[in-house]
Amino acid sequence: MTLADTTPTAAGTAAVEDVPAGRWQRIARIQALQIVLLLAVTVAIFTILRPGTFLTPFNIRGIVQNTSILAVLGVGMTFVIITGGIDLSIGSVLVFSGVVADKVMAAQGGQGWGTVLLGTLVACGCGLGWGLLNGVLVAKANVPPLIVTLGSLSAALGFAQILTKGLDLRDAPQTLVNKVGFGNIVGQVPTLAVVAGVVVLAGIVLLHRTRFGLHTYAIGSNAEAGRRVGLKVDRHLIKVYALAGLLAGFAGILNLGFFQSTTIGGQSNTALNVIAGVAIGGTSLFGGVGSVFGTVIGLFIPIVLQNGFIQINVQPFWQQVVVGAVLVTVVYVDQLRRAAAVGGRKHYRFPFLSHRGRRT
Amino acid sequence: MAPILEARDISKQYGHVEALAGANFDVNAGEVVALIGDNGAGKSTLVRIMSGTEPASSGQLIFEGKQVHLTSPVDARKLGMETVFQDLALAPHLSPVQNMYLGREVMRTGPLGRLGFMDSRSMRKGSREAFEKLGATVRNLNGPVGAMSGGQRQGIAVARAAAWAQKVIFLDEPTAALGVVQTKNVLDLIRRVSAEGIGVVFISHSMPHVMDVADRIHVMWRGRRVATYRKEDTSMEQLVAAMTGAVTQEAS
Repeated sequence: MTLADTTPTAAGTAAVEDVPAGRWQRIARIQALQIVLLLAVTVAIFTILRPGTFLTPFNIRGIVQNTSILAVLGVGMTFVIITGGIDLSIGSVLVFSGVVADKVMAAQGGQGWGTVLLGTLVACGCGLGWGLLNGVLVAKANVPPLIVTLGSLSAALGFAQILTKGLDLRDAPQTLVNKVGFGNIVGQVPTLAVVAGVVVLAGIVLLHRTRFGLHTYAIGSNAEAGRRVGLKVDRHLIKVYALAGLLAGFAGILNLGFFQSTTIGGQSNTALNVIAGVAIGGTSLFGGVGSVFGTVIGLFIPIVLQNGFIQINVQPFWQQVVVGAVLVTVVYVDQLRRAAAVGGRKHYRFPFLSHRGRRT
Repeated sequence: MAPILEARDISKQYGHVEALAGANFDVNAGEVVALIGDNGAGKSTLVRIMSGTEPASSGQLIFEGKQVHLTSPVDARKLGMETVFQDLALAPHLSPVQNMYLGREVMRTGPLGRLGFMDSRSMRKGSREAFEKLGATVRNLNGPVGAMSGGQRQGIAVARAAAWAQKVIFLDEPTAALGVVQTKNVLDLIRRVSAEGIGVVFISHSMPHVMDVADRIHVMWRGRRVATYRKEDTSMEQLVAAMTGAVTQEAS
């Protein structure tokens, strides 16, 4: 046939030009690097404006402590968003888990580590339960994740209010408040930050080094392809939502230690703030792309801005305006870059509005 | 020689629409069989049934002389049958290596493997060998597949199926939407896969491609196989005539 004659290239020769990208090249390609630069510039500006107070151990400690609980939530949210889903319920699940843990610890009595450990297990269990419920509804009942987690956002907060009659509980054990919420592990290193750091590191390893992480990306990238090669897509989605719930429960006990209160009315924006951090950190709401490291940086930016604005006597409300602008700008620039890389392929609808993160 | 895979009297209804009406099919080891027919003749449906993607309404599948029931593509894969779907079924954000081994990851030995850690090095090596063996042009083993050209993606999908297939490989329009060079590469891939003793079944609308690589050609018309020709005994005119229902070798 004529086709065989038209191309003289000998197939079968070394066709795989495998160029192992250098470590620096790879790092430069990560979108998170831009965000790290943005964070560094922000820190530099505030440091120049307030040299004596901004970059001090005391102030850094405060910033890190304020980011810790959000970072724990951010790890779970990153996994969920990489699958093409979303979890709006984490703030309510955090409150619910804190309330139940507080009640159980009060019933148990005692102010020591034993009680704290019990409370931690209870909070994690509550979070896991909500996460499993979210996951089963998303994966098996085929309800869009936005709706499922909007429902549990409402229901979990409702249950928390029923259990407390709407009044915050403030009887967390002293050990939890003094050692975990405000304590230091060594010197000026807050316990909260170390705990969050461990969770973040575990999240990074899980996402980038294990089969669980790979399947999370694969499902967000093309769930149908995953199904055809035999991935248990439904079961994996349930696990991912369960992980997000578990971490929200764990954040609930940390929150109880930090605020010495169940903060029933104070978490309505938590999920949205975490989602903003995840998006700023380069995780795509279309699924298939993202990193836990980026999320942590993305969560630091709003906290640093708020802290800095207070220090330079700008109304701290400006922080919300700036964060909004940063969020939209960062995602816009990322979209442009990605469109250029892929050569203007078709756009997908936001997958978390459809079933199981499937593209339509 | 008994065929490695045989379909007997396969029917498939979608509601009142009859997609297949008693279709027969067979492919031998190391043979390239082309499946041709007009749009709606039932080619893709037949391949989907034989690859476990869809169940048949009635009929039998016989694999290596034994009747089999396929409930999913995973069942077909366990028997050594792989499919390259028209949409390729690749995860665009993952690299060629990750796509190659998706669902079949090589784990590290020892406790790390049980914790879910993968042996990236050996998967990388295996992928490179598979791509090189089939001459698939993959310039970058690390980059996302979605950023690669249609030809490269096609090459990756075919190489993946070929690397895992032990017995039969199905290709649904493997050359649609490809340029001249990529098309030639895919046709070369098909020859090389069959040379390894694997039965290749491919759907195509392109008569030149069919005449180029197929050993036998099955013509489908209105949900049935109406004619089977050896390549050396037929002509494009004869094939086109059969596709329009003017020739019928097999009784319904």
